[in-house]
Amino acid sequence: MMMEISTSRRFINGFMLTLSGICTVLVVSVLFFILGYLLIHGATSLNWDFFTKLPKPAGETGGGMANAIVGSGKVLLLATVIGVPIGFLAGVFLAEYSGKTFAFAIRYVVDLLNGVPSIVIGIVAYALVVRPMHHFSALAGGTALGIMMIPIAVRTTEEFLRSVPVNIREGAMALGATKATTIFTVVIPAAISGLTSGMMLNLARVAGETAPLLFTALGNQYWSKGYLAPIATLPVMIYNYAISPEEDLHKQAWAAGFVLLTLVLVINVSARLIIARGPSAQRR
Amino acid sequence: MAATSYIAETLGRRTSRGFFARLRGGDEISYLITLACTVSILLIVCLIVYELWFNSQATFKTFGFSFLKSSAWDPNADKYGALPFIYGTCVTAFLGMIIAVPLGVAASIFLAEMAPPKLSNILTFLIELLAAVPSVIYGLLGIFILVPAIKAYLVPPLKSVFGFLPIFEGTFYGLSLLSAGIVLSVMVVPFIISVSREVLLAVPVEQREAALALGATKWETTWDIVLPYASTGIFGSIFLALARALGETMAVTMVVGNTPKISASLLSPGYSIAAVIANEFAEANGDLYISSLIFMALVLFGLTIVINAIARIFIMTTQKRGS
Amino acid sequence: MKSHMLRYAATAAALTAVAAVLAIAADKQPIQMTGAGATFPAPIYQKWFNDYQSIGNVQINYQPNGSGGGIKGVTEGTVDFGASDAILSKEQMEAFKSKNGGHGLLTFPTVLGAVVPSYNVPGVTAELNFTGPVLADIFLGKIKKWNDSALAKINPGVKLPDLDILVAHRSDGSGTTFCFTDYLSKVSPEWEKGPGRNAAISWPVGLGAKGNDGVTGLLKQQPGALGYVELIYAVKNHLPYGKVQNAAKEFIKADLKSVSAAAAAMKESAADTQVSITDAQGKGVYPISTFTWLLVPDTFKDADKAAAMKGFLKWAVTKGQDEVEPLDYAKLPKAVADKVAKRIGLIK
Repeated sequence: MMMEISTSRRFINGFMLTLSGICTVLVVSVLFFILGYLLIHGATSLNWDFFTKLPKPAGETGGGMANAIVGSGKVLLLATVIGVPIGFLAGVFLAEYSGKTFAFAIRYVVDLLNGVPSIVIGIVAYALVVRPMHHFSALAGGTALGIMMIPIAVRTTEEFLRSVPVNIREGAMALGATKATTIFTVVIPAAISGLTSGMMLNLARVAGETAPLLFTALGNQYWSKGYLAPIATLPVMIYNYAISPEEDLHKQAWAAGFVLLTLVLVINVSARLIIARGPSAQRR
Repeated sequence: MAATSYIAETLGRRTSRGFFARLRGGDEISYLITLACTVSILLIVCLIVYELWFNSQATFKTFGFSFLKSSAWDPNADKYGALPFIYGTCVTAFLGMIIAVPLGVAASIFLAEMAPPKLSNILTFLIELLAAVPSVIYGLLGIFILVPAIKAYLVPPLKSVFGFLPIFEGTFYGLSLLSAGIVLSVMVVPFIISVSREVLLAVPVEQREAALALGATKWETTWDIVLPYASTGIFGSIFLALARALGETMAVTMVVGNTPKISASLLSPGYSIAAVIANEFAEANGDLYISSLIFMALVLFGLTIVINAIARIFIMTTQKRGS
Repeated sequence: MKSHMLRYAATAAALTAVAAVLAIAADKQPIQMTGAGATFPAPIYQKWFNDYQSIGNVQINYQPNGSGGGIKGVTEGTVDFGASDAILSKEQMEAFKSKNGGHGLLTFPTVLGAVVPSYNVPGVTAELNFTGPVLADIFLGKIKKWNDSALAKINPGVKLPDLDILVAHRSDGSGTTFCFTDYLSKVSPEWEKGPGRNAAISWPVGLGAKGNDGVTGLLKQQPGALGYVELIYAVKNHLPYGKVQNAAKEFIKADLKSVSAAAAAMKESAADTQVSITDAQGKGVYPISTFTWLLVPDTFKDADKAAAMKGFLKWAVTKGQDEVEPLDYAKLPKAVADKVAKRIGLIK
């Protein structure tokens, strides 16, 4: 028995559908515009110099960002070394060992840390690393970014470990493995695709962070020695060049933006593909 | 608590298994190490709060809470007040949300309810990539594309129609609260869409089927049944996005005009807490100057904690309802 | 179990290897020093440090984040030396002493430069004239339009448009600001009582930008803008800049001659050479000129760094001075250069 739907209701239905569709199209077109503009403008500004040369003094053209690219790599490496193990192991604790109320408290604190604005973490890293050490350094920058990596490391680890089916664990225990052995040799490898993709997304997120690096890593026109010297990084270079008045520097800022965005997007897409194809997807 | 019962269990086993056998098995060590990492995170957060609190004492002792109400910002005279920055932070974030929320929720409705699944998945994937774009790139695009575009295409018609309103008066120089608000909305919208879409998809299909069976149109089902059901989750996503907008630094400082003044007009330049810290922290010397900046950082920190907490409450309520 | 342990070990080893490679790859022979501070002399400093690499086997990394950043950096010891065109107050010197175990801070003038009023007025390509009081009134917000009678009076024959003046100033702690406000304080009692002279003040009107770079960028993009920048920034970016009336009532354009004249007219001299030469008396003087200084601690923990710094300073006040004029900075007067050379010996 079909009910008659009045014209006005049908109209509203169609209208709202179209309206919401338009909103979506608007949002997606902004994305395409951003990516497109950056691609075109950035790619045309890329040249071999950009990847191989050091920045030139003000007013001279033809410099590059070789040191900033490597610099970003070093700082991110430090950040991963500082932030991921702590976050990962804490996630293991939450997923495997912790009781309910304690876990709730920890999760709340971790969320708190996640919500701290990145500039505030930069201030703390300045106070904890730069001031006592008496210099700006890649270490300070890595500390700031590492702290930012912790909350997501905890959350993804906990989520993916919990998603490992109980029967896998029980099987291991039935074979006489201790809890620790089970965790580290059975559960974690079972969740490895999710964990990897989570870490990649985490890395992509902090790769673009600029604010915490402003007063921790500072910047460097030369190659930075080791990890205890000021270091140039891509995002900070983009910021500095973008607000300068020189056209040549603007071009380099676009090129750097292109490189950074491509890096971030490639990591994101790969991470999602890993999840989509991994065992956790098949389990769902 | 499982932790204590676990310890009890272990202690009980002390007599039944050899010490070295357990050590080899690694249980105590892994428990202790993971516990240590967890505790260290707690310590890190406490350290952050302590550092912020301790370093802002100078300002607190000198000005007290009137610091938050004062609009003076005069490093020369050592007079500081946080009001222009709090104002700018709130105005830009609020503006960003006003634009982003209707757009975002509407788009999420489309993606969750109306669009064919394949299209929805592709579009969602693309939108989540938008969320991954670093903020300095938004700033870059803001300075070179958005601000000139707003100046050329948005403000003239806006002023001709609404120019009599105090929020649109004054000359527009490009760098302004309006520009910052628009950039923030672009940054925050993908976030709202992806979380809201998930929340909407999580609404049990029985609810929809019941409504449709009673003869409701798709829109009516969505608006009257699904949306209210998912509303707390959507509010949660809105608050999370708000927290993010409040703390956003680079994109804002590149387009907001960096002027510590309070003005009713959105077309005038402004400042935000995160932006002033980014600009002035590296050179602030003098205890009162630095501690004023850090006091504001503490205020921002507190604000984001509160908003995140509200968001959490909303999200937990949704989850409870879902189960 | 073994294969998993092996995998973990392999990953850890790989990461360590990458880290080591990255660390070593950048390890070069020269000493590295870090300095931060004024954007005013950044163009010449960057050229100097770039050229000095091969001469002194030292890489000097200079980060222009404003005079305020230089003062803070050297005081907190987070950089090896600072740079500032703002004259340090007694409190700032004391702060350095107290944070650095009683050691002092030495100031070495390096070059002379000019702060020019640069503008972007559509349709006006002529060099506009400004007087001190007029500039003060513009920056106080009292003169709001380009065709204001006060501006028209000192610019006969120039058609000034009916356009709002957009004041551009620094948002960061700046020696350029210090020099400019020092000048305004000398020529306008209202300015001295109001915003006053400092590296960072409360600006009555205008938009703020970061660094000389930022102000230049603002000037380029905003029609009707008027701002104060170091001479080379206006020249390099093809921005028009105006003449300023000096104490002898002449309208002078900033150039090597007029800036050097300002330094020559300097009567007072301080032991630490931190003097203001704005609004100097005499003919042909450009009234908004200033020295810029390197802020060097008198004691370095690292003997290599001390030697490197001394070597650089020696070079800067002798051979280095030959490089300054192409970049529109004026050489130090001989008397000052000699004083600097003598004071280098104070660095331990």
